[in-house]
Amino acid sequence: MSVFSDVPQASPVAVFKLTADFREDSHPLKVNLGVGAYRTDDSQPWVLPVVKKVERLIVEDSSLNHEYLPILGLPEFRSAASKVALGDDSPAIAENRVGGVQTLGGTGALRIGADFLWRWYNGTNKTATPVYVSAPTWENHNGVFTDAGFKDIRPYRYWDAAKRGLDLTGLLDDLENAPERSIFVLHACAHNPTGTDPSQDEWKKIAEVMKRRKLFVFFDSAYQGFASGSLERDAWAIRFFVSDGFELFVAQSFSKNFGLYNERVGNLTVVAHDSKSLACTLSQMEKIVRTCWSNPPSQGARIVSKTLNSPELFAEWKGNVKTMADRVLLMRDQLKTKLQALGTPGTWEHITQQIGMFSFTGLNREYTTCTHTPAQAHPSVNMLCISELCQQSSTRVKHLTTCPDTAALDCDKYFKH
Amino acid sequence: MSIFCKVPQAAPVAVFKLTQDFTKDQFPTKVNLGVGAYRTDEGQTWVLPVVKRAEKIIVSDDRLNHEYLPILGLPEFRSSVSRIALGDDSPAIQENRVGAVQCLGGTGALRIGAEFLRCFYNGNNNTKTPIYVSAPTWENHGAVFTSAGFQDIRPYKYWDAQTRGLDFVGFLSDLESCPERSIFVLHACAHNPTGTDPTQDQWKQIAQVMMRRKLFVFFDFAYQGFASGNLENDAWALRYFVSRGFELFCAQSFSKNFGLYNERVGNLTIVSRDTDNLKRVLSQMEMIVRTTWSNPPSQGARVVALTLTSPELFSEWKDNVKTMADRILLMRSQLKAKLQALGTPGTWDHITEQIGMFSFTGLNPKQVEYLVKEKHIYLMSSGRINMCGLTTKNIDYVAESIHEAVTVVQ
Repeated sequence: MSVFSDVPQASPVAVFKLTADFREDSHPLKVNLGVGAYRTDDSQPWVLPVVKKVERLIVEDSSLNHEYLPILGLPEFRSAASKVALGDDSPAIAENRVGGVQTLGGTGALRIGADFLWRWYNGTNKTATPVYVSAPTWENHNGVFTDAGFKDIRPYRYWDAAKRGLDLTGLLDDLENAPERSIFVLHACAHNPTGTDPSQDEWKKIAEVMKRRKLFVFFDSAYQGFASGSLERDAWAIRFFVSDGFELFVAQSFSKNFGLYNERVGNLTVVAHDSKSLACTLSQMEKIVRTCWSNPPSQGARIVSKTLNSPELFAEWKGNVKTMADRVLLMRDQLKTKLQALGTPGTWEHITQQIGMFSFTGLNREYTTCTHTPAQAHPSVNMLCISELCQQSSTRVKHLTTCPDTAALDCDKYFKH
Repeated sequence: MSIFCKVPQAAPVAVFKLTQDFTKDQFPTKVNLGVGAYRTDEGQTWVLPVVKRAEKIIVSDDRLNHEYLPILGLPEFRSSVSRIALGDDSPAIQENRVGAVQCLGGTGALRIGAEFLRCFYNGNNNTKTPIYVSAPTWENHGAVFTSAGFQDIRPYKYWDAQTRGLDFVGFLSDLESCPERSIFVLHACAHNPTGTDPTQDQWKQIAQVMMRRKLFVFFDFAYQGFASGNLENDAWALRYFVSRGFELFCAQSFSKNFGLYNERVGNLTIVSRDTDNLKRVLSQMEMIVRTTWSNPPSQGARVVALTLTSPELFSEWKDNVKTMADRILLMRSQLKAKLQALGTPGTWDHITEQIGMFSFTGLNPKQVEYLVKEKHIYLMSSGRINMCGLTTKNIDYVAESIHEAVTVVQ
């Protein structure tokens, strides 16, 4: 009898299962709209030219070795990453109250931040502090905070299925009614999975309530540069909150904007009120990191650091990022145009109003049985894969449009862990 | 007022603080015997030649991209490293009951394994299962299991300060008297920090008690090849336990034997009774990984996988490993010889009897303080030294200093 005999089978992580199913499907016209990675117009993965260049520089640099990084990570990476989020001229940085923890992608940043909050935030009531995530949100948010020890993960209203846009009234209402000091996970830009972001005015309203109700701001920033093509524009919300005096966390991922998905490059930016609080916070972050991965991996951080810290490479990188962002914008535009040309029932404005990699089409599960796209846990599509659809004949796109019941989605389903 | 104003300053991690102090020290003949990384005879860090080669191959391979790895890691890495631990001809592997999770170094492997055990071992979410770690042990073991939720971390007798060897009787007695199903963290070879391993006979006796008392075996395997210079020898204990029918975990690190410290290359090898149990275990491991780092980093795993699966690189790697192991053996032998030649009080056989990177010198905290403050020789307060910090240039100074410390400070 095995010591593991009572271990139940876990269900596979939906998005990886989707890709696994897609790979097994032999249909010639199959399309994977689920994958959360950039694809070229030939549906290929793309290693950014600047990344390739820097990888060569690194391998040729005999002054580099493989000694352990500090627990908090490569110093030049941490400072460059926080700078890219907060801006070169950030007063908070100048005031020495901004720190970074190099982490394993955005997931790692969320997890370390969550672990810290569970231990040190909100006095003795730590475990019970409610954590609010948008309805819907990235499917892993709930799991990360749960495994960090939080028992009370709640949705805040976000996606309005009827109008296919932001439910600002609901959001503000939830902010007003949340217990003081609740933790809110906000998407800095290019909301995943809806692609729908608050406007600047809406962010201001959100900030006002959050400050008044002492809510903790935890930004998830996985698409800086990738959303609008502009680093500054995509960081507007973060920078606004910082300028408004908030202490906050930002979980940054460089998976998408550097195409470095598998090197796990992330940074947890910590903005504190003063440098002493920052120092204490970082010292506790060290303890948390030490029992998780001890110290972070070097390769991805070196690539990002070298790129961000060299004017020439930085410019080249911004060009590469804009290439990706522009292609997404083009695909959005083309899809909407084609749907409108076909006279597809419903409105499709949201496709170009939304931003970033994903689009919440408003299509439901029926869609998946009509076309040859694999069944999905939620109908968020990767706009970059739309190029395949657009290139093929109009019958293909017609499939999209002749399905019955292109009704609104039930978002509750996508909230659950 | 900051919301973080009540967050206390944490004490720095001792071994990193030691290196910081060493770096700041201006003394011309300072020596760092604290850090747990290989150094050449010139006192330099060493990127293994085979690693350099593999990195160049990887950067030139246009078929490779940076797409997410599977949650459990690079498949060819996982299979090749489990094979390296258990042997090419391992029956357990052939029987499809060995699985692997690519992790962030040995630490990551310990953590994922610990989280799994807390969730699913000995009941559901049983945080009370005792975790036994050797006295002494790597300073992070207890903390990793505590972070995973376990509330009861206990020492098992291991180091006998009197004999400067293994307290085998004490060890066995702890195995006999602990609660059934307790989890034991065993060092597969090159015990950190004592450098003292059980003999094969002793391992057999340990296994016998553990099997009878249903204790869970969790190997920490950070020095395969690095200890004796031979991969098979260093894996003997692990393979013995597997051959005796144990289900077990093995946290492997490739930080030292590949010199890839900062790429965080590790693996949690899982040996189960059968494929079905293994499959369910791995599915739960995926859940745990997903909320920790989502999927692991590619670079280090590619270097290791390429090396282990290519006969020429594999052979070059084994040579590189032997180079490191041999230098350590030489330093051990020379240090002992010099201390004996100086007539330093005490016995110093343990220096050559111990194995791996570390030696528990037997120096007490006062003597250690003397070495650090007066002689600018940095070592852990436990008396642990990293043999790699010794070189032909500094070994005389170190031997003389130890002699001084032992005779001047009681």
